Amino acid sequence: MLDYLKILFSGNILWYALIVGCLLSMTAALLGVTLVLKKYAMIGDGLSHVSFAALSVAVATGQSPMAFSLPVVALTAFLLLRLSEGSKIKGDAAVAVVSAAALAIGAIAARGSNIDIESYMFGSIVAVNLSDVILTALLATAVIAIYVLFYNRIFAITFDETYVKAGGGHTWLYNAIMALLTALAVVVGLRLVGALLISALIIFPALTAMRLFKSFRKVVIAAAVIGVVSFLTALFVSVLLDAPTGACVVLFDLVIFGMASLIHWRKTA
Amino acid sequence: MALLTCQNISLAYERHTVLSELSFQVHAGNYLCIIGENGSGKSSLIKAILGLIPTVNGTISLGEELSKHEIAYLPQQNAAQKDFPASVYEVVLSGRLSSKRFFSFYSRKDKQEAEANMERLGVLSLKDKSFRELSGGQQQRVLLARAFSTDMKLLIVDEPTVGLDAYATAELYRMIAEINASGVAVIMVTHDVEAAKKYATHILYLQNKPLFFGSKKDYFSGNHGESEENRDNA
Repeated sequence: MLDYLKILFSGNILWYALIVGCLLSMTAALLGVTLVLKKYAMIGDGLSHVSFAALSVAVATGQSPMAFSLPVVALTAFLLLRLSEGSKIKGDAAVAVVSAAALAIGAIAARGSNIDIESYMFGSIVAVNLSDVILTALLATAVIAIYVLFYNRIFAITFDETYVKAGGGHTWLYNAIMALLTALAVVVGLRLVGALLISALIIFPALTAMRLFKSFRKVVIAAAVIGVVSFLTALFVSVLLDAPTGACVVLFDLVIFGMASLIHWRKTA
Repeated sequence: MALLTCQNISLAYERHTVLSELSFQVHAGNYLCIIGENGSGKSSLIKAILGLIPTVNGTISLGEELSKHEIAYLPQQNAAQKDFPASVYEVVLSGRLSSKRFFSFYSRKDKQEAEANMERLGVLSLKDKSFRELSGGQQQRVLLARAFSTDMKLLIVDEPTVGLDAYATAELYRMIAEINASGVAVIMVTHDVEAAKKYATHILYLQNKPLFFGSKKDYFSGNHGESEENRDNA
């Protein structure tokens, strides 16, 4: 088995996948904590479908996939976050509408052009290249820097946005930054784990950490660690068993979440 | 000079006017109770003062000695916070943020201030407890400690005792009265006319438009053209 792994890691591809996966898992997990706590957990899922649609349209019309889909997804993220604050359409219904519509647009745009829908849906770990590594590293750096510099404000806005607004805080600016970073994570993550599974990277680590810890600081740190550890484990398992990486990550996340729920249940029961 | 001046304001909720032609002032040290039935525009007024909804007409202005970040808010207990992983210390400390400009690190003074406020409200022993595991009364005290950490000059309180038992309710009223006695102006929306009678200095009685605004003494001596029966229902 060791020899097998040695051979696999002799090339660049698995290293790239490893680096991109770790950075992306951590980024998604950090963003996930605030999204889950603000009841926006479904936004990651909706955005992944929008991202799929944008990619399909970009390929069909001959545009650069990244340059086209990033602004589209970022704009959608911002609109969905705005919609969730006191409009007549409830946020979760809005996300469902956007998801379905995007999937339909993507499917129609993908017909006729030779897009490999399956790789967008489930991701392709071997498709990762050096520019993905650099992009993910930049994204991860930005997210971590923002979490470190503005940690206390992120806590305050996530815990009680009304209070911050009442004190004259610019909550919309933080929401916009969060929307932009989430959009980036989704667009980048799409290639790695696919549209169907990127939301799992966002939601699972936060949910698991919330089962185990009671303070915000511990939840944030634990979510990042859980995200990275479950990705690494799942990557090795998927390579050894020759199973799709994205699916392995989600199943492994599910197992950890189940164990954390059990611990939480035994503690409170 | 008033801390807060509302001049002829109208408010709407989903395009229906819920409040119109309202003018009043709050001065330093005032304790204003806003009373009225459900749907009378009380909550909309609070939201407008906090800057969460716009006014349709009229202006809400802050006096020179009050800046926006000196306004603290004690919300109704809301479900969104109930499942939130946060320690009591994290919650109280977050009150210090209002006065910070850009970066958001806490100094030693911020931490001392937060601890002093926890002590003041009797929640220091809960410092490392999880906010979501506290009783309703304890949670409200923690949120009051957060308000204190804001260096507030005006405390806005929206039906603070909903869901609290009689003891916790009395304790909360006593603490808010203490805060008021220390020089902080209080605006409180309440259903509890007895509390208004006991603690307020001024009363604003709303029914989609102001039916009364003035001192408590005038209100309870019946000089506002309301029948005795209506007043008891308010």
